[in-house]
Amino acid sequence: MTGVEFEASGTEPTTSEGDVWDRRMAGLLSLLRHRLTGDYEVDEFGFDRQLTESVFLPVLRPLYRSWFRIETYGIKHLPEDGPALIVANHSGTVAMDAVMLAVAVHDEHPAQRFLRLLGADFVFRMPGLSEVARKSGGTLACNPDAERLLRAGELVGVFPEGFKGVGKPFAERYKLQRFGRGGFVSAALRTGTPIIPVSIVGAEEAYPMIGNIRPLARLLGTPYFPVTPLFPWLGPLGVVPLPSKWLIEFGEPISTEGMVDSADDPMAVFNLADQVRETIQQTLHRLLERRPDPWSA
Amino acid sequence: MNTPRVVLVTGVARHLGAQVAGRLAADPRVERVIGVDVTAPSGELARLLAGVELHRVDLRHPEIARLLGDEGVEAVAHLAITTAVDSQPGGRGATKELNVIGTMQLLAACQQAPELRKLVVRSSTAAYGASFRDPAVFTEDTEPRESPRGGFGRDVLDVEGYVRGFRRRCPDVVATVLRFAPFIGERTGTRLNRYFSLPVVPTVLGRDPRLQFIHADDALEVLHRAIVEPHPGTYNVAGAGVLTLSQAIRRAGRVALPVVEPGLSAVAGFAKTSGVLDFSLDQLDLFVHGRVVDTTRLVREFGFEPRPTAVAFDDFVRGAGFGPLGPGRVRAAEQSILDSIRRIREAVEGER
Repeated sequence: MTGVEFEASGTEPTTSEGDVWDRRMAGLLSLLRHRLTGDYEVDEFGFDRQLTESVFLPVLRPLYRSWFRIETYGIKHLPEDGPALIVANHSGTVAMDAVMLAVAVHDEHPAQRFLRLLGADFVFRMPGLSEVARKSGGTLACNPDAERLLRAGELVGVFPEGFKGVGKPFAERYKLQRFGRGGFVSAALRTGTPIIPVSIVGAEEAYPMIGNIRPLARLLGTPYFPVTPLFPWLGPLGVVPLPSKWLIEFGEPISTEGMVDSADDPMAVFNLADQVRETIQQTLHRLLERRPDPWSA
Repeated sequence: MNTPRVVLVTGVARHLGAQVAGRLAADPRVERVIGVDVTAPSGELARLLAGVELHRVDLRHPEIARLLGDEGVEAVAHLAITTAVDSQPGGRGATKELNVIGTMQLLAACQQAPELRKLVVRSSTAAYGASFRDPAVFTEDTEPRESPRGGFGRDVLDVEGYVRGFRRRCPDVVATVLRFAPFIGERTGTRLNRYFSLPVVPTVLGRDPRLQFIHADDALEVLHRAIVEPHPGTYNVAGAGVLTLSQAIRRAGRVALPVVEPGLSAVAGFAKTSGVLDFSLDQLDLFVHGRVVDTTRLVREFGFEPRPTAVAFDDFVRGAGFGPLGPGRVRAAEQSILDSIRRIREAVEGER
């Protein structure tokens, strides 16, 4: 027995390394074959799980781990399976926080769950971007889609501040903006889904917006035209985010069970939205104390 | 007991109408099937229409009202609603005439038909229009946010409007509206078949729409059930699941050719005015926005589940044949790469 093991370890080093590469190569080729022959599944929202797992997430992972050095807290608050509505603050000019939140949910959660993000219609108007958004699991932020995803037991991510959040000037960093009409709350109430408030620190410094060229934004049909310390001065290099330190905290779930009737009650919806907003704002302050230096290791 | 004894089918000079009529004629529960169209069915279709009483009637002519009354028609299946610009002399304008004015006149005649107790209308999922603010999945209750740009989509909205009016005026008639996803099947010659058989398949740059199809055989089954069983209401009819356009093209072993959208709009405009090309803003809308519907209501009420979109599409590919990038070739290429890697490694290790 030991002899065999010895012999194996004695002769294997070169071939086993070769085997690893063989297997990787074979895996890559078979992935390519599946892609080339259309042999993969896409759900009704356009989510392409294979593409997300084999391309999108691996591309984002270095950014998540090495560039922003993201630390997460309270991942245990996400359900093992079944639906939850994840509500987070929005910041950083280009919505990098949404993408990083999706990586956090997948990589830190023991069940490697996918976050189904809800995006503004602007995203789905843009050729190219719209398809990346759908293939990575996103869909339009509207109540029918949110409720359909929640009823299917998915983790749904929403940023109620919308463009008011991502597009706010750097001077107003970590000040939560108004929470729209609270449509996300009624979606949660109608489906009896818990709401998980999430606070993200770090995105504000990744692309600090120090100016907004309104005429250019109007010309391009975008909500704003950002000026950051690097953009547009450095041209394409300006899209490189600054290496800020990120913290993401998943708060305790807020139960909405048995509140179906309140879904159409504006008062109840407003109060719940406010409660979620307050929780996120306070957690943001707490996280900022924990991270006094935005560029710390 | 509920099965109508005399059924009138419109649009029997086209494939769908002929098949539905032929199938009804073969159903022993239905005593008589009357088929009408403006033109006489071709030889191939005439074979399908064995046992069907054929009448050459223009729906816009009062004769249709006489036919409905004299023959004691109990059910009308209105299938003469077409997307095609090619088959009609006069192009889009003539098609719109037949679709919209034809439906209006037919429903007016139906209102006066004494024996009528059932109406089945072929509609399309194009009724949901096309907008970037649309939800990902349409249920029957979703209102269109923006009316479609294409002529057929607008026709469908008009047709459904007339049916709504008819329902209000004749509440005793069971009215069924079937919103079909694009048909696909083994039979060649349909618009989608032609599209997916192009040497390079044009798509819209930066868009990969989610598509759904309904297998032509399943569409027939649903239509048949809608006529012989009572199913009032509006139903989405599509195969479950989704294929993206790029995925469908790859499954057919074809090569996609992305084109910028303004270019395609220009082509659609040219096609509309010239009538040479079978391409319209209806297709363009579909290829930009995609269209996915919820079929829960159909499956529940009809007790029938159409085969999934992917299965229906694969069935079509089997009939049409693979393009240059079929799975056999891709698999062979993969194998040859793996083999050559092995050979190179063996050679290198042999030298060592």
